[in-house]
Amino acid sequence: MDPESLKNIQFERLKEIVKYVSVQSSFYKKKFAEMGVTPKTIKGISDIKKLPFTTKEDMRDNYPFGLLCMPLKQIAEVHVSSGTTGNPTVVGYSKEDVDLWGEVMARALCCAGAERGDMIQIAYGYGLFTGGLGLHYGSHKLGLTVIPCSSGQTKRQLKLMTDFKPRILACTPSYALFMADEARELGLNLHKSSWEIGIFGAEPWSESMRREIEKTWDMLATDVYGLSEIIGPGVSQECQHKKGLHIFSDVFFPEIIDPKTGKEVPEGEPGELVVTTLTKKGMPLIRYRTRDIVSINYEKCQCGRTLPRVSKIKGRTDDMIIVRGINVFPSQIEHVLLTVEGTNPHYQLIVDRKSGGMDELEILVEVEQKFFSDEVKKLQTIEQKIKKEMESTLGFSAKVRLVEPRTIERSEGKAKRVIDKRKI
Amino acid sequence: MKITQISVFLENKSGRLYDAVSLLGKKKINIRALTIAESEDYGILRLVVDKPALAAESLKKDGFVANITDIVAVEIADTPGGLAKVLGALSKDKIDVEYMYAFVEKQSGKALMVFRFENIDKAVRSLAKNKFVIVGKKEIQSL
Repeated sequence: MDPESLKNIQFERLKEIVKYVSVQSSFYKKKFAEMGVTPKTIKGISDIKKLPFTTKEDMRDNYPFGLLCMPLKQIAEVHVSSGTTGNPTVVGYSKEDVDLWGEVMARALCCAGAERGDMIQIAYGYGLFTGGLGLHYGSHKLGLTVIPCSSGQTKRQLKLMTDFKPRILACTPSYALFMADEARELGLNLHKSSWEIGIFGAEPWSESMRREIEKTWDMLATDVYGLSEIIGPGVSQECQHKKGLHIFSDVFFPEIIDPKTGKEVPEGEPGELVVTTLTKKGMPLIRYRTRDIVSINYEKCQCGRTLPRVSKIKGRTDDMIIVRGINVFPSQIEHVLLTVEGTNPHYQLIVDRKSGGMDELEILVEVEQKFFSDEVKKLQTIEQKIKKEMESTLGFSAKVRLVEPRTIERSEGKAKRVIDKRKI
Repeated sequence: MKITQISVFLENKSGRLYDAVSLLGKKKINIRALTIAESEDYGILRLVVDKPALAAESLKKDGFVANITDIVAVEIADTPGGLAKVLGALSKDKIDVEYMYAFVEKQSGKALMVFRFENIDKAVRSLAKNKFVIVGKKEIQSL
């Protein structure tokens, strides 16, 4: 599509969605009134800058259903991801939104080189996490044969790959490497695997990791991006040229801003990705701050697509880390520790990628005078309690280690909360 | 009848035990008995010293997590079956020992052991009833 036609579509859709939320959403009604904007404010696509931002805090403050634009009865599906504190982030999809999800994810699969009739092995988790179902809907839309493995049970994954010969693998990049280790142990010839195309995402990964996966499995490794607030996977996707992720900007309008000033940065400069969902009905978001630092390129791609390309994630504006595809906020850890011990303990998170490719999270907790005991079993009970609470909050098991007070490094009086040892 | 034990939290990293005991040395605190209980990542150093209040205060001031616990020191005949006699008596009275360790010093023919009990008062009564010699604070200091 030529850029002018795309702009017209974006403008028409923006007008519609602004009109829609200013009627349907009490949240945006209030927000628009505070800023003095109405649907009439939108006279061109660049007027999007006059609209207010939506943040993760807005989602938290309106938990669980405050941002829905339709009665709950008309919501077809809800998904949940980590919130910054106690409450998770809830996203509601109408029937049309689920169809849109299938549509954009089908485009993403196509962009990576999938063709009708291919078989896909989906090893993303199914459930509240959007990875599994997003790929699932898109695969059906495109006409692929789905093996809905979900994550884990690596031996079975490898057996199904060997026996069914799927052409496409979808999982986190670290799981692709983890499976390689297991496959070697089973004596499989990795270069003879049936996988030709990988759709890898849900966690940050580097070019060197890409090379390793491509060399190990002899396959094309592409990056898929998405976040549940916007839709899940299917916001953007790399083509075979792997020079940025094509963002489906006819439905997800991107802006790259300076996170401090909120002003647009020049093309190619790094900034925070802000996305407006132009056609979603269940829970449309206006100028949602993703907190992901990227750059954007509007040049036509070698593949022929005119959709702008967003770089791989260069960083975050907050302290969120992604472990095994799951978002982890240090504030969540703090929240758990407060509920477990009723104190304000000092803690530190250490993330490391083990040789197999799987990430491990270790939580260091400084021992407090208050809960110290001369008996090992009492300390171990506390350790276990923290571990259990963490697991139920985070959704995966982390190691908990008690350390002496003041051992956690503090810079300028502020504790360093996260140490990421992964080479990504 | 009870004596005071200092417990100190120590991470399993080199030099921490040295840091703790050298601090006590500087303060002219004499260690009478000690033991370390360890887990994978940390240990708990337990000490009986001549000046427990000063020891606890100094350790805390130096950034250690430390607390004090009441324990019981018991004289045991330094002969085969000596310890078994004490434990047998306690067991008969259904008294559980959390942990125990021995003193460095001993008087002739007698060994000295410290016991940490879940229910210390019940334990003291049982020991007294069975005529075991419980060593008090003053005696520990003058050892």
